[in-house]
Amino acid sequence: MVELLGWVPLFPFLGFLILALAGARLSKPQIAWVGVGSVAVSALLAAWLGAEFLNGTLQPYSRVLGTWMAVGDLSVPFGFYLDALSVTMLFVVTGVGFLIHLYAAGFMEDDPGYARFFAYMNLFVSAMLVLVLADNLVLLYLGWEGVGLGSYLLIGFWYEDPNNGYAARKAFVMTRIGDMALLLGMILLFMHLHTFDIQTLMLRATSQWASGAALPVAAAALLLGGALGKSAQLPLHTWLPDAMAGPTPVSALIHAATMVTAGVYLIARTHALFAMAPSIQFAVAVIGALTLLMAGCSALAQTDIKRILAYSTISQIGYMFFALGIGAWSSAIFHLLTHAFFKALLFLAAGAVIFCFYHEHNIFKMGGLRRAMPLAFVSFLIGSAALSGLPFTSGYYSKHEILAIAYDVSPGLWMAGCLGAIITGIYSFRLVFVVFFGDQPQAVENHLGWRMSVPLVLLCLLTVLGGMLRVPLDSVFPALLSHEQDFSLVSVFTLTAPFIGLLIAILFYLRGGYSVRRFIGLGWINQIRIFCFNGWGMDALYDRVVVRPFKAIAWLNKDDVVDGIYAAIASLSQKGHSMISATQNGCVRWYATSMALGTVIIIAIGWLS
Amino acid sequence: MNGIPMEHGLLLSIVLFLLGLTGVLVRRNLIMILMSLEVMLNATGLAFIVAGSRWGEADGQIMFLLILTLAAAEVGVGLGLALQVFRRWHTLDADVLTGMKG
Repeated sequence: MVELLGWVPLFPFLGFLILALAGARLSKPQIAWVGVGSVAVSALLAAWLGAEFLNGTLQPYSRVLGTWMAVGDLSVPFGFYLDALSVTMLFVVTGVGFLIHLYAAGFMEDDPGYARFFAYMNLFVSAMLVLVLADNLVLLYLGWEGVGLGSYLLIGFWYEDPNNGYAARKAFVMTRIGDMALLLGMILLFMHLHTFDIQTLMLRATSQWASGAALPVAAAALLLGGALGKSAQLPLHTWLPDAMAGPTPVSALIHAATMVTAGVYLIARTHALFAMAPSIQFAVAVIGALTLLMAGCSALAQTDIKRILAYSTISQIGYMFFALGIGAWSSAIFHLLTHAFFKALLFLAAGAVIFCFYHEHNIFKMGGLRRAMPLAFVSFLIGSAALSGLPFTSGYYSKHEILAIAYDVSPGLWMAGCLGAIITGIYSFRLVFVVFFGDQPQAVENHLGWRMSVPLVLLCLLTVLGGMLRVPLDSVFPALLSHEQDFSLVSVFTLTAPFIGLLIAILFYLRGGYSVRRFIGLGWINQIRIFCFNGWGMDALYDRVVVRPFKAIAWLNKDDVVDGIYAAIASLSQKGHSMISATQNGCVRWYATSMALGTVIIIAIGWLS
Repeated sequence: MNGIPMEHGLLLSIVLFLLGLTGVLVRRNLIMILMSLEVMLNATGLAFIVAGSRWGEADGQIMFLLILTLAAAEVGVGLGLALQVFRRWHTLDADVLTGMKG
């Protein structure tokens, strides 16, 4: 059966081709059938292949469909590789992807760009599948750039508003910085190890390089650069909150569940290399910890429902990096899986609120929606519980595991993680309380169709039960050295951290009747709020350091300096021409005089010399 | 043939040539320019005669005959052109006729 692996990314690509070439001639139901159906077929196939794989021996399987390029000793095949890690990613991309496509079929019903939307979505899913299935770095890079393109096209989907185009360009340029690092890392690896095949690369790296030497450190640092850009981690995270300009299903699929976790996947895929560069691996953990705190604080101050979720995504991916950094590889992938479920659920529920409530994004203009929209309320409640890691939800199992391992590695990092968990509890329940409790300002506008309700219900189930879907990753990652679970104070505090956050949220946003308002008057609190609202001023920093100097240089050089040389030659010959042509004045006597003078001068020269 | 020294003849020729050149350069009437040109041609012819008589050769006179023919032809063509110019533009002023300026 595994021979059919190549068909998994092919179906969405066929869907993309059909919609891109004939989308204008299809009716809306036909478009939905093609767009959702292609991903559904792919998801069924993936589920079948995955089940067969997991019931088998868990031996990695690779399949080469053909050669992409072969020059000298460089050979890049269209090769797909299936192991426990790719199976996990396959489930996430096709399963969650299918539910989001189904939801989008209802959400985007009235949009004139229905066919274009599904064409882009299918292209994205196809590229993402190539990324997670690729057996060599070049094919992975193809998928990597493909998802970047899909992300760009979908953020700027409503291109009539220049701000959306700006957000799309920002996302593209920011991730491109990381992509450049990834490309350099690939070239560095190829120069020294002479192959692009990931498994061979890892084998050769571990056998040829010494742990902690300069080469593995440099290669790991460059790959990390790529991962930081794609996964929106410090310092390349600023594009993700702006990426919320896209339609909500896009935010759920690309900017929460799948594409932004590509960096986590990349590091997990090349974990042998990172294990050989302990300094870089530690940097991964520190970046993860800093990002989860920074994004958590920023989420606390946001008022746009989607931006809160965007910052929480950055924060949760921070947890994944954190887990990768401390060597808890399989916990990171487990958190990736559960995060995909609950974050997709939260985004789709947020989309439902936006869809039914006059396309309003500001949470403080909503309120009391729990009676009008019970399904969205339950979804949000379950999603937020999983997001903050309350017990018996899927998020609890993954996050608790990461924090428990973190304490063994470094208590300092563990404290940062716990602080992050408290903040997560505050902002996720702040959102729930503000939107769904209190007074309802207006009646709701729309009601959800079945295409939007079914994915919400299914994702609710997955969010609660997702902890059981864990794919055993022992065949891919090395086991942790010594993981002794002692149920001491550490474990108790890890468990209570989200409850502390929940309690604070209840005190401030549910009972106290917005008692935050008391603080607003205080100048320095307000300063902190604005600082957090602006994402710790990173945008302003980049604006000062990069954008404005660049614009200034561009302004100075708007008439190209190099062009000046050619312009000078042109104007010099034109001046010369006008000077000489002035002597051609048509006056015969002038010509005669010049001839006489010339003759005299020539004779004089002849005579004198 | 030894009455007049060669220097005198050549001097006269130079003076005539310069007078003719001055006429060509300063006069504006086409007819006057043509006449000045004749003076210049004749000055050249005189120089040939003087040189021929100095060396006792016939070449100078043969050359003068050539110049005479040339001058006749030149006057014929020149006057014809002047006539056409006057017919067309109703002027003979060389400074007005600058239609060929670049």
